[in-house]
Amino acid sequence: MSARDLIATPGQTVGPFFHDALPFPGDNELVAPGRADAIRLHGRVLDGAGAPVPDALIELWQADADGRVPREPGSLRRDGFTFTGWGRAATDDAGDYAFSTVHPGPVVAGSAPFFALTVFARGLPNRLFTRAYLPADDAARSADPLLSAVEEARRTTLVAVPDAHGFRFDIRLQGEGETVFLTYPRH
Amino acid sequence: MLIVREQQPATQAEIDHEIAAITEAHDREGLEETQPRLDYPPYRSSLLRHPTKDLHLADPEGVELWAPAFGHHEVGALEADLTVQHGGEPIGERMVVTGRVLDGDGRPVRRQLVEIWQANAGGRYVHKGDQHPAAIDPNFTGFGRCLTDDDGSYRFTTIKPGPYPWKNHRNAWRPAHIHFSLFGTEFTQRIVTQMYFPGDPLFALDPIYQSVVDPRARDRLVASYDHDLSQPEWSTGYRWDIVLTGSHRTLTDHETGAQS
Repeated sequence: MSARDLIATPGQTVGPFFHDALPFPGDNELVAPGRADAIRLHGRVLDGAGAPVPDALIELWQADADGRVPREPGSLRRDGFTFTGWGRAATDDAGDYAFSTVHPGPVVAGSAPFFALTVFARGLPNRLFTRAYLPADDAARSADPLLSAVEEARRTTLVAVPDAHGFRFDIRLQGEGETVFLTYPRH
Repeated sequence: MLIVREQQPATQAEIDHEIAAITEAHDREGLEETQPRLDYPPYRSSLLRHPTKDLHLADPEGVELWAPAFGHHEVGALEADLTVQHGGEPIGERMVVTGRVLDGDGRPVRRQLVEIWQANAGGRYVHKGDQHPAAIDPNFTGFGRCLTDDDGSYRFTTIKPGPYPWKNHRNAWRPAHIHFSLFGTEFTQRIVTQMYFPGDPLFALDPIYQSVVDPRARDRLVASYDHDLSQPEWSTGYRWDIVLTGSHRTLTDHETGAQS
């Protein structure tokens, strides 16, 4: 702790009224869905009773396909060519969210690549963080420090499931199959 | 197992009692808390939406050590003035809200995105889900954004939002607030929060404000009236500084603004 350490401002729920403010055209299309290398990352946000959460907001932050962390601005007004690595998607009435993006590459050679996700919702007093790992890379995942530290029964909640157009990653806020949510040192 | 379906919505007195019990337990423990409780039953919609397992402490890695970048070409200068989005002046108390966004080491968060949204002076959102029978102001939609400057400062011109009713319990009213969405220099610093106004009589009654159970932390959500920000014959002014959590990455000179 240095003398300059300050105490963080508390978070608060995103509430029910963010839809006019936070979503924007193209927010969930990190790349155009038709592009040859485009994949879909999608899923459903569920509450402790298994009911869909229709007023959640998911944010995605990821490396590009080569594992490079994007530094370019432009997510709010996409030019169709620059990969900014960031997007957001509000859930629909069925609690579903979807992104069009690319496979993230490993930022550190040999490490297990993942999508970094932030979850906001009415009824959630503070945002939650999680990771969606790619299912393919078994060797890298078994060596991953975070996955190794999570009890085995819950590890699958951090791994996306392959489907026709990419991956499915459901987010269970509570109850059976509750997603592993993350906190970080200095939080 | 939680009983979440109630025959009748709770009364304010019942909610007050629940809030008081949690406050007393917190006072007995005497531990400092800096964030809201995820499990805070007086806020009824949280009952089925909060994780019940402990958050997993992770060392940030790879992409988590960075944050998305935003630029002036994608955030228009006028977007920081919520009073000029339509043909006429919105109803209400015009005010400036400004402050600095700092990281946990006291460094300004430069050129980063700040987004806000709020109710109008009558406590009504334009959102289709808001059924509160107060007037919609045709000159006020209530959202804006800006980038922080090299000092980490943000600045909005808007009108003071009104309190509004919600259905958490019978006769529930939210204290006036502005929603803020903030990014830091790394993914782990992302927060969404709410800014309140000093001395609001609804503070003690509001389960969302009270979900931050430590009063020292709650105070960090309240802006200060700053007469130096008020402008003659024009607007009042409020100041609210925001501190993000500590970062983990060694920032470059460019990011800290250090002179080489």
